Amino acid sequence: MIDVKLVVDLNRCQGYAQCVFLAPDVFTLHGEEALLYDAGPADGEREHVSQAAAACPVHAITTDLPVHHDGE
Amino acid sequence: MGSDVRIVIVGASLAGVRAAEALRGQGFDGSLTLIGDEPYEPYDRPPLSKAVLLGIMPPDHAALPYRSDLDAKWLLGVRATTLDLENNRVVLSDGDAVEFDKVLIATGVRARPWSNSSEAALDGVFTVRTCDDSRRLNERLSAGPRHVLVIGAGFTGSEIASVCRERGLSVTVTERGPAPLVGALGGVVAAVAADMQRDHGVDLRTGVTVTGLDGDSDGRLCRAHLSGGTALDVDVAIVAQGSIRNTDWLAGSGLAAGPRGVTCDAGCRAFDINGIVTDNVFVAGDVARQPHPLYDYQLLALEHWGNAIGQAEVAAHNMIHDGLRRRPHLEIPAFWSSQFGVNIKSVGIPTYSDQVVITQGSVADRRFVAAYGFRGRVTAAVAFNQGKWLDFYRGLIESAAEFPPDFDVMDRADPFEVRPSELPDPAVLSHGPTVAVTGHLPTERRVEFVSLPK
Ligand SMILES: Cc1cc2nc3c(=O)[nH]c(=O)nc-3n(C[C@H](O)[C@H](O)[C@H](O)COP(=O)(O)OP(=O)(O)OC[C@H]3O[C@@H](n4cnc5c(N)ncnc54)[C@H](O)[C@@H]3O)c2cc1C
Ligand code: SF4
Repeated sequence: MIDVKLVVDLNRCQGYAQCVFLAPDVFTLHGEEALLYDAGPADGEREHVSQAAAACPVHAITTDLPVHHDGE
Repeated sequence: MGSDVRIVIVGASLAGVRAAEALRGQGFDGSLTLIGDEPYEPYDRPPLSKAVLLGIMPPDHAALPYRSDLDAKWLLGVRATTLDLENNRVVLSDGDAVEFDKVLIATGVRARPWSNSSEAALDGVFTVRTCDDSRRLNERLSAGPRHVLVIGAGFTGSEIASVCRERGLSVTVTERGPAPLVGALGGVVAAVAADMQRDHGVDLRTGVTVTGLDGDSDGRLCRAHLSGGTALDVDVAIVAQGSIRNTDWLAGSGLAAGPRGVTCDAGCRAFDINGIVTDNVFVAGDVARQPHPLYDYQLLALEHWGNAIGQAEVAAHNMIHDGLRRRPHLEIPAFWSSQFGVNIKSVGIPTYSDQVVITQGSVADRRFVAAYGFRGRVTAAVAFNQGKWLDFYRGLIESAAEFPPDFDVMDRADPFEVRPSELPDPAVLSHGPTVAVTGHLPTERRVEFVSLPK
């Protein structure tokens, strides 16, 4: 059973690594700028993933969690 | 659009789901049905050759997020077998039929199987397209095979070879063409990909084909025969020879559908076999073949994640808007790949070029941008670990900027040398191109519709 669903638009991702910083158990940089991630992390990551999605400067992360971007 | 309208989407994966979301997002309140032959919720494929095989993500975690108020009827684990445009219905493998007012074809592609079916059935021979494929391969790689063979050095094959090396497995890659990724990136940049593979300990053999696979008495793969007469002991082989478009179910539908995909206009409306555009049949994703004004209106068949989403959104919009309110899909194609620790990103169509120049960075450091040109215009750019520059190049492509580009860039490559882009004849590749410029004609009757006399 998947608790959280997410996907990253890697065409858009610029490797800023905000998400890696905020949810290190979900997102990881492979080499200098290739982002890899677990698209179905456990419930305990809910808050981290939500913060990461909000913090991504290019809004590359889509989740099925409630959105709280500033100004959106 | 009125709530009595029925929309049916065939293919419940990336393009299908994003189209469904876009329809609801734009206020469509009629009935919505998604038909998919895989028994799972829609999931994302790019991780299947990357994060899943690296153990960063379990194979069953790839489900795609989508809006909770989709209010769709899901028919999963059932195949569409016929598109009946006389009666506007989709016939299903379980004998049922679903009627529609508008239909979206989003059936994508499947992996091209190994051509010899008894060899393909050997235990240890894999293709990677579905989550089950990836799960099974992951299990096998975890069991510690002695030697892995990857047949075909396109993106999927190269990514899997990269994973194998990272897992410490010994791996041979065979490619009929002159270098990995050459069909997508041309010879100059592909030579960098070849160096990358060899530096990471891949036994890369170019200009080589696999002529046969042997099994032991238990039906387990044990040996591969290569052109030139050598044999290799292998216990796992990944067949990465490109894909086949899922258009079989459209045979006899009267649409311009065949091995190269379903031809549609820039608004994602399908053509019929006479080249006349339909008004209620739409196409999106890997199965589509669409003209692009920036590339001389050539029909493009793109197996790219971003293209599936872009077309899905345009198709959805046009399914519920008429006339001048319809939109074209004019996005510049883009894709990414990650392999050997390098983030490869592309905008434009690198194969639509005659020349290439490394504009920024250094090939030796594997941090560079290559710009591609055709007849004096910028048509594409590819970055290795320099993704941040690609928006700039996208602007150059959109404005048909002069090639070679004449601008001051940071970290300008030295020497600044314009060279032929060295595109091979696609026929010599052992993998199908994921970017195919497939000619002007919407219908190729001779190739696709007339069977040869017995
Ligand atoms: C291993 C792998 C790695 C990839 N990596 C990248 C990458 O790094 N970057 C990138 O840009 N792209 C990548 N891609 C490509 C990307 O995943 C595709 O472009 C995308 O999946 C296309 O979506 P789609 O919905 O058009 O087709 P698909 O995802 O192929 O979905 C089509 C669906 O329709 C179903 N179907 C087919 N026929 C029928 C029928 N008759 N009835 C009912 N259902 C049917 C299929 O089973 C499937 O579920 C990768 C693909 C794979 C396989
Ligand atoms: S924060 Fe956004 S741009 Fe940065 S690495 Fe994560 S997804 Fe990519």
